[in-house]
Amino acid sequence: MAEVIKITTPLTDDQVKKLHAGDSVLITGIIYTARDAAHKKLVDLLAEGKPLPVDLKGHLVYYVGPSPARPGKPIGSAGPTTSGRMNAYAPKLLAIGSKGMIGKGEMNAGVAEALKKNTSVYMVAVGGAAALIAKSIKQSKVVAYEELGAEAIAELTVVDFPAIVAQDCHGGNIYQEGIAKYGIKD
Amino acid sequence: MREIAAQTITDQVAKLCIDANYFLGKDVLDSLNAALAKEESPTGKAILEQIIENAGIAQEGEFPMCQDTGFSVFFVELGQEVLVTGKTLEEAITEGVRKGYGEGYLRKSIVSDPLQRVNTKDNTPPVVWIETVPGSELKITIAPKGGGSENMSEVNMLNPSDGAEGVKNFVVDKVRRAGSNPCPPIVVGVGIGGTFEKVAWLAKKALLRPIGDRNPNPFYAAMEEELLERINKLGIGPQGLGGRTTALDVHVEVYPCHIASLPSAVNIQCHACRHKSVVI
Repeated sequence: MAEVIKITTPLTDDQVKKLHAGDSVLITGIIYTARDAAHKKLVDLLAEGKPLPVDLKGHLVYYVGPSPARPGKPIGSAGPTTSGRMNAYAPKLLAIGSKGMIGKGEMNAGVAEALKKNTSVYMVAVGGAAALIAKSIKQSKVVAYEELGAEAIAELTVVDFPAIVAQDCHGGNIYQEGIAKYGIKD
Repeated sequence: MREIAAQTITDQVAKLCIDANYFLGKDVLDSLNAALAKEESPTGKAILEQIIENAGIAQEGEFPMCQDTGFSVFFVELGQEVLVTGKTLEEAITEGVRKGYGEGYLRKSIVSDPLQRVNTKDNTPPVVWIETVPGSELKITIAPKGGGSENMSEVNMLNPSDGAEGVKNFVVDKVRRAGSNPCPPIVVGVGIGGTFEKVAWLAKKALLRPIGDRNPNPFYAAMEEELLERINKLGIGPQGLGGRTTALDVHVEVYPCHIASLPSAVNIQCHACRHKSVVI
């Protein structure tokens, strides 16, 4: 793989513009976890015009529901969950200033459009590499919806969290490029 | 009759839950290493390396290999001379899941109702399939099943006229449509025949067979080889980011069926192809 790009959150538009589908990235800083149930709550609040329990401006949302932390550890295993389930929610969070998401699997055309419109980025972590990813998470603090258990929103402090840019703000999409390159017609 | 105390079963099941989630099978690891040697995509290679490194970290016993420690699915072979005492067999297994998922720091991923969605907080209930067999032994196999790959599975009631080609096209197309979602490289379980519910069960059971093992029937062994080759030509690759390694293996299981039917099912398994067995 090409050279690894180091980024630190919160992200600016200029930083996001430098990221292209296929780039390997190491993320340092704060990222926020949220998956199905938390997204529903956040989007319901936006629909009611109410403030969110976390300020996502410039931040990345990580689609994850970690396993329980052992005593003395900040978190359990913490790999990404399937992003497609958040297709309906992601554009709404990008519209209020979140700079992108981390998950696994391709996101739809609506999200691709929102990435361009809001200068934001979709990155993937390796699904199932959850123990390895956990090693890059130094702190975890639940900041909203504790009652959701593994689905609560947590603020993670990460150092060199490994990710790959999957869909960028220029319309780049590694999934389509990959199949075009490696697919063999019968 | 040979008596087996429910508590013995509970303790063994708790250990199975933990072992399955921390120790990736040698067949899967060998297959990942073989795929790494053959993979052409640099990104694909890097991903396979991460997955193999991840298995090594999980083995140390502090972090399960995946945060999605799955729905606890059990395949039980109950010797007909075995008498379970103290509780029913299902109750003993359920108690084992509660114990194993607690003590093993495994994620509780089950909601008590599919629409009202309140977490049961102990990963119960499990799904338990029991077959009776001759003898006085009890064999329990756990196959924890993650949600991401399970969601990409499908039953298709084909027509008999669709034949082998129809089944193969359905399987390959299903994997193509699943794309990057089920955490490729995947293992593909295929069921053919039986009834609507039996074919789904066959596809799941097919996932228990070790990677590299072929169906004993040469016709279906050849079908497995052909499907694996066609799937790996799709170019989906590790995590769907492009490459040669989309599936590690394809396993087909069959059952007699009705003159009017050709039930077919695909159960997709992520690379964390977890299963552990114990014989009591």
